[in-house]
Order: sequence, then structure tokens, then C-alpha cells
Amino acid sequence: MTFLQFLITGLSLGSVYAIIALGYTMVYGIAKMLNFAHGDIIMVGAYIAYFAMGKYNLPSFVAVMASVLVCTLLGVVVERLAYKPLRKVSSLSVLITAIGVSYFLQNGAQLLWSSAPKMFTSIIPADTIKLFDGQLTVTYLSIFTIVVTLLIMVGLTLFVTRSKIGKAMRACAEDKDTARLMGINVDTTISITFAIGSGLAAVAAALYASAYQSISPTLGSMPGIKAFTAAVLGGIGSMPGAFLGGLLLGVIETLVKGYLTTQLSDAFVFGILIIILLVKPSGLLGKRYVEKV
Amino acid sequence: MKKLFTLLLAVLLAFGMTGCSGNNGGNGGETATVFKLGGSGPLSGPAAIYGQDVYDSAKLAVEEINALDTDVKFELNFLDDAHDPEQAISCYGSLKDWGMQVSLLAVTSKPCAAVAPLYKEDNVFAITPSGSSTTVIQIDNNYYGNVFQMCFTDPNQGIASADYIADKNLGTKIAVVYQDDIDYSVGIYEKFVEEAAAKKLNIVYAGSFQNGTNEFGTYLQNAQAAGADVVFLPIYYTEASMILTQANTMGYKPVFYGVDGMDGILSVEGFDTALAEGVYLLTPFAADATDDLTVKYVTNFKNKYGRTPTQFAADAYDTVYALYNALTAAGCKADMSASDICDALVKQFTSMSFDGLTGAGVTWKVTGEVSKSPKAVVIKNGTYVSAE
Amino acid sequence: MAKVTELLKNRFFSGKKVNRTVSYLLVIFGYVLMIILMKAGMLTSHFTSLLVPLTSYIVIAIALNLTVGFSGELSLGHAGFMGVGAFSAVIISGLLLPYVPNTTLRLIIAMLGAALVSSLFGAIIGIPVLKLEGDYLAIVTLAFNQIIKTIINSIYLGYDNNGIQISFVKNKLNLGEGAVTILKGPIGANGIKRISTFTAGFILILITLLVVYNLIYSRKGRDIMACRDNRIAAESVGINVTNIKLEAFVISAALAGCAGALYGLNYSTLTPAKFDYNLSIMILVYVVLGGLGNIAGTIISTVILYILPEQLRFLQDYRMIIYAVVLIGIMLLTNNSWFKVQYYKISKRIRKKMREKKGAAA
Repeated sequence: MTFLQFLITGLSLGSVYAIIALGYTMVYGIAKMLNFAHGDIIMVGAYIAYFAMGKYNLPSFVAVMASVLVCTLLGVVVERLAYKPLRKVSSLSVLITAIGVSYFLQNGAQLLWSSAPKMFTSIIPADTIKLFDGQLTVTYLSIFTIVVTLLIMVGLTLFVTRSKIGKAMRACAEDKDTARLMGINVDTTISITFAIGSGLAAVAAALYASAYQSISPTLGSMPGIKAFTAAVLGGIGSMPGAFLGGLLLGVIETLVKGYLTTQLSDAFVFGILIIILLVKPSGLLGKRYVEKV
Repeated sequence: MKKLFTLLLAVLLAFGMTGCSGNNGGNGGETATVFKLGGSGPLSGPAAIYGQDVYDSAKLAVEEINALDTDVKFELNFLDDAHDPEQAISCYGSLKDWGMQVSLLAVTSKPCAAVAPLYKEDNVFAITPSGSSTTVIQIDNNYYGNVFQMCFTDPNQGIASADYIADKNLGTKIAVVYQDDIDYSVGIYEKFVEEAAAKKLNIVYAGSFQNGTNEFGTYLQNAQAAGADVVFLPIYYTEASMILTQANTMGYKPVFYGVDGMDGILSVEGFDTALAEGVYLLTPFAADATDDLTVKYVTNFKNKYGRTPTQFAADAYDTVYALYNALTAAGCKADMSASDICDALVKQFTSMSFDGLTGAGVTWKVTGEVSKSPKAVVIKNGTYVSAE
Repeated sequence: MAKVTELLKNRFFSGKKVNRTVSYLLVIFGYVLMIILMKAGMLTSHFTSLLVPLTSYIVIAIALNLTVGFSGELSLGHAGFMGVGAFSAVIISGLLLPYVPNTTLRLIIAMLGAALVSSLFGAIIGIPVLKLEGDYLAIVTLAFNQIIKTIINSIYLGYDNNGIQISFVKNKLNLGEGAVTILKGPIGANGIKRISTFTAGFILILITLLVVYNLIYSRKGRDIMACRDNRIAAESVGINVTNIKLEAFVISAALAGCAGALYGLNYSTLTPAKFDYNLSIMILVYVVLGGLGNIAGTIISTVILYILPEQLRFLQDYRMIIYAVVLIGIMLLTNNSWFKVQYYKISKRIRKKMREKKGAAA
């Protein structure tokens, strides 16, 4: 029964990773850059939701929507100001700029909102369901998180495969120049991708902060790096891959912490990542391009 | 492009060198009563909250002292070391260039331990408000002699906690959750385990986490599965507040027992204080105590910074006042060298007794350790009540 | 005499090897300048305290440039090797303390030991990792960095009169008389004897330059760059890509280990948490800003980016945010085509004026 308990905890943690990883992977797929500032967008999202709920007493749904809106805007602004001018130069330069943006957001948040952690009230009532004569406790939040993630995954897949913008995104990811020749506005498409990724980050922020109920300016760095790992694990650029990678990572992490050791959990998580990548060098669901001469 | 960089480089280097001649000449002269008080602490990064508390409180104390009509005044220069020994050392260099005469050392144990040997080498008096590890005041069992602590050392609290839990029969099965990358928590934990064994307490689970952890569900699930009815938390209130909240979400309700780091939990923004009901903690300071000194301090602090001071803040405030008392009693003048002041202060500190927010009749040993004893309190209706 | 100048010109100032000359001159000039200023008492204590860490960052930045710039592998894990080096050196120096009282000798032994251990780690990690490419390689090096940190985090090591004791994960040391604890899990090492000096750092930079330049200007170096530019073409002309890449990676890891040893023995306390991916990324910033494959540039950018946040201390709370803005600003400016053109125009005009002046004077 404890196994089931850990499994559900792991799935809900993994769902949050999955949402963040989806944003990561979409941005990578189209802009071919590792957006190290993605984690800090999560942090900003959590603070916006916190203030919307705590200061302005908005209902939690409205607060999360406000946070999504702010993060979407932030994502687009950051892309326009810091990443767009560097689109033609090496991806490493953009990586460094992303690190600069990450420092900026973290330290800006500290100046604005102080480094003291704030307790975040869960967006879902903190109740539990007891199953099997109380042997298994499941929080509403876990169920809610998993359901929301599934909905997002389905919605996003439909959006990317069916809608015009989604098709444009896939075209840009495949080949920007050809896409431009086909009449697609590449800049707008990239901006939209950043907007969606940042919006997803805000949703993840609300779920993540609800689970741990504490927010601080450094909140984003660990889920950011874990989601990056999840995205690579699943095959970077692949959306189902990010989803699968996120879930796997969350479950593995929770099981290792629960059964083996809390001290070495990171070593196990990253060790499994390495083994999987060595067996499948392009991730679980990534496409393998064979280079031809 | 390369030339541009070289130019920038030259400017930066010049910056580094001109600092020396400009600053040293100016001190003394016009204001012979102003002592240069230095110090460093984390003002950025994950530990920033502790540094900020110490800095703000020290600032408050300095302002109060400077408003008094006496011959001892301070100029405070408190730098950001980001809880990193490397930066603490560079802060020390910077403070030395500035002409520091007395020091608040650093806030967290690691940076304290890193810079303490330099204070010994240069014979500058230092007293840390909050660096509680034994490594702060000695190296290989050789005590520096000019490095003092305002907070009590870790081992004391571990022993006191185990004794209290055993004597009052708070529970039979004990779980411990501690932070294994700070000396503070490990120090208390190790002594607690020793003393618990002596008192025949049954420790059923011990889990450790590291800085930046915010997921405590697995720790609590393990503690619950082991049937623990007391959870000992030798950690700071930031993590403790998360543990209490997450335990509540799971519906796990053991007796929580904390140490002085737990103080401050009631003022975490957004924290539901009802969750802290029945939590035991050891503390030298309670923000809602009703003695005049505490009331005045807490009111001033709240007015100035809009939040409730914690034990870190109170210790910092006491540290500045202890320095003030000692400098006054020793008859130090601000134009004396740092080394002379240091010798006078060492004599003064080892012989004086100090009454402050965190204890009355506080004394110091020659090793630099403070002698004051932690009191056990329990949280009832959102306030501390003596648990004796 | 003319012959000598001719020789010097050909040997040191010709073509691409200018970078090498600039690097050596830069380092030697910097060292001499610092020593003179120090002796004259003109250097602030603050600046003096930055010198040793600065030299160690320069060494690891050059080592990382060998991997990222010359081998073309984005490594996000070099801080891991630095950590391995630092802790090996601390352990070696701690254990040798009673036997080798001479600090210079102990530093040299510790550094060699650190280089050995970290090159071993480099080989263990390099063999699987170098099969991967691009961002997959980046994430795996990052993963190894976290694993190394976690492993160091779980080592407890000490000795007493009866010998050395070591335990993992839980502190099971049971030390008797004459107990000295060297490593204490996540708390790291306390009470380290500080034996690193600026001169040692300077010599280490020189050795690093010697090793790296000799490697990249040799046949092997050309092989390495060939593998970077086109793996398939390199394979087809008979270069053993895996071996050559591994060799460069191991050398880079060994140098990073030396940098770690210098760093670790400069402080009395050391925590494993210092060597996480954030440090790797910080060093990567030095390398990218200095220019991939440009060692002189790496040295300059490391000095600037390391000193800058220290000199910004007067900004207090705004320090790190200004640093972030400067970082973004530099990246945008150095990659901005309009700015590049303007810069080129200005420098051309200045050069023209200088030439005119010279002409007038003659």
C-alpha cells in the first residue's frame, strides 16, 4: 500500500515536471535553444498567483489565469528583448543570455518581494480521500494535478496537430527557411511558442506551489533543471517524450526517496537518465537523425 | 572587440588598486567616536533571509546607539557573502581596506569558519550573532580567543531537547528530520542521538535533506509509516513551516519539537499559525514576550521593516549592544588600532555580564562560547507559553 | 641581432600563434604587475584575496575551452571535476600533514594527486558520454556533475592513531585518540590548512597554457579540431574519433582537477555544494564570452567577469541584478551587427589617424 502511496505522489510530482518539460521542449524544438530562464518564469508565476490570491482575494481560478497572463507576456517580452536579436548567432550565445535573464529574474524577485519564503495557500482545498480502510490517502491536489496535466497534454497535441498556428510551429521546428518561403511568419510563430511555454510554466507554478505551499525567489531553479532533464530523457523536441519523461522522473525520484535513500536520490535520478541515454542516445521518444555525407 | 575587453579590464583593475589610498587616510580626525563595524552575511541567494534579518537588526541597533549622547558610535558596513566561504573571504578583504575596527564576523557557520582564521591573523575582534557551530571559534581544538559567539553552540541544544522529550514523556517513538549540509543542524542532531540513547529514547526514523528542498512528503510518509509520535526538527523555521503545512495536508499529526531555529515560524508570510499549535521549541527569544526591552525592540523593528524579528535578528541586536557596552566599559577610542581594540575587548568580554533580548546575565568563556541557556516553550493560541 | 629579431618574429609572432604569445604575455605581465603592486603595498586586501581564486578560475576556464571550443563538446559538468580535484587535494593534504611539513611540496603532491583522480573520473565519464552529441551530451555531463556532488556529499573520512576510517552515506566514523575528521559528508571539510599561493596559481596557469597550446598546435590538436568540424570526414581519413576526443576530455578534466586543488587549499572550509551545475554554468559563461577556441580571450573575460561583481559591491542590493543586466548587455552588444560595424569604423578611423600622426612625425 505504501507503494501505491508513493506512486501517486510521484505521478503528481511528475505531472508538474511534465508540464514544465512541455514548455521546455516546445521552445527547444522551434528556437533550438536551452532556455535556462524557464525555471524562473515558474517562480514569477507562483508569486503572481500568490499576490492575486492573498492581496486581492481573487478566487484561485482567476488568480491562476492572471498568473498565466503575466507569464505569457513576460515570456514574449523576454524573447523579443533578449533572445530575438541573437537568433542568427550561435546557440551558445543565446544560452548565456538566458542565464543572464535567469539571474535577472531571480535577483529582481528578491528585491521586489524579499528573500523570505511565503506560504502559498493551495489552489485546491487541502482535503484527502481515504481508500482501503484508510490505508491509502490521496490528496485532491494530486488527482487534480494529474487530471490537469492530462488535459493540457491532450489539448496541446490537438492544437499542434490540428490548428493552423500549431502546424506553423511544426513547420518552423522542421525548417525555418522553408517555412518562411511558405508564407509563415517565423518571428510571430516563435513568439507564440514562447507565450505558450511561459503560460504552461504559470500553470505548473500554481500546481507546484500548491503542493509544497512555500514560495521563494529561488523556487524555480530545481524544477527547471529537473524538467530539462525530463525533456531530454523523453527526447528533446518531442512532446509525448516530455510528458513521459516528466512522469518517469517524478515517479523514480519519489520511489528512491521513499524506499532507498533521501541523500542519494539525485544520484539515482541522474544515473537512470544516463543509462537510458546510453541505450537510446536520442531519448525515449526522440527522433534519431542519421547524418549523411 | 578584443580591444574593448582589454580596455574594460584595465578600468576594472584600476578600480581595484585605487581603493586603497583613498579610504585609509580619511578615518579618525573629525569623528574620533565612530567605530568602524564590519560584517558579512548572505543578502542574496537561498540563505538571504537570515542575512537580511541580521543586517536589518544590526542597522536598527546602530541607529539607536548613534542617537544616544555617548562617546561610542558605529558606522556599519555589512557586505553580501551569499553564504559562500569564497565570497566571505573577499568581503573580509574589502572590510579591511575600509578600515574595519570591530566585526560581526558572518551570519552562517561556513563563512564564519572560513574568515575566522583571518581575524585571528590580523587580531581583529569578531563576534558572530548567529554562527553557532563549534568550528567557528576553533581550529583543531585551538581556540582563536578573539572570535566570540552570541548564539549558543549547537551541542547544548541537542542535549537539552533529548532531556526534555524524555523527562516530559512527549512520546515513545521519535522521528528526526534534519538538514545535513549545515553545521547547525548536524551538530544538534548528533548530540541529540547520543543523549537520546542515554535516555533510552527510541529513534524510529531519521531523514536528512539539503538546502533548497521543499518536498517533505516522503520524509513525513516514512515517519508516519514508522509510527513516530514525536518529530524532532533541529532545523530553521523556513523548512519547518513547510513540514508543518505538508504534514497537515497528509493528515499526520504528531508532536513537533523544534530548537531555536524554529523561532520565526509564526511570522512566515501566509503561514497558517493554527498549524503550529502545540509545537514545542527551545528559544532564547520570544517576539511576544512582555518585558520592556523586547516590546520596545519588536515595535521599532516592525515599524521600520514591517515584519516581526526572529531569533537571528534578536541575536544581532544583542551583539551590537554587547559590543557597545564592552567598548564603553573598556574605554576604547575610535582612533585606536583594530588590534588594540581587540585586546581590550577580549579582556572585557571574558569578564563582563550582559543583559539583552536573548537572556539576562549572559557571559562568555575564554573560548568565545556564550553561556546562556535555552528555554522550552510551547505554542498555544498563536503565542509562546513556557513549557516548564 | 637582426637574425634574432627575425627568428623571434617567425617563432612567436607569426599568423595564428599570435594568440599564444598574447596569452603568455598577458599572464606574465599580470603576475609581475600584481607582485610589484603587492610589494609596494598598493594592492587592496580585497583585491589580494581575489587573486588565488581568480587564477584557479582561469585554469578551469581554459580547460573548459579545450572541451567546448576545441573539441566542440558542450560540457555542463566541469565543476564536478573541479570538485573532485578540490576534495582529493584536501584529503591528500590532510593525510600528509604530519609527514610532509613543507607546504610547497605538499601542495605539489596534492595537486598531482588531484590531477590523477580527476583524470580518472574524466576517463570513466568520458567513455560513455562522448558517444553522445550536442544537448544530450550537455545534459549527461550535468547529470554526472550532480552525481559527483552527491557522491562527495556522502563521504565521511577521518583518521586517528590507529589509521584511516571512511564511511558512506551515514557517519559511522568511530575515531579514538588523535582523531582528525577530514570530510564530513554534506558539511564538507573544515579546518583545511591554507597552502595555495598566488605564485602557485601563476605557475599552474603557465603549465596549463603549455599543455593546451602544445596539444592544439600538434598533430593531435589538428585531429581534435577535424573531429569537431566534421566527425564523419575525420573518421574517413582514419582518425580514431573516440580516442582523440577522450584524450582531450581527460586532459581537460585533469586541468580542472588542478584548478580545484588550488581552489580547495585556499580556504579553510569547503562544501561539496559549491561544485554544482551553477558553477559549471558560471565557467561556461567565461568561456563563451571570451570566445570559443580563443584562450587569450578566455583569460581576459574570466578576469573581467570575476572581478566585476566584486567591484560592484558598492551597489549593495542591486549588485547581482546589475551584473545580470551587464551580462545580457554584453551578449547583445557583441553580437549586434550594427554595433560591430560601428566598432569597426571607429577602430579603422583611429588606426588611420595614428598612421597619419606617425607619418607626420617621420
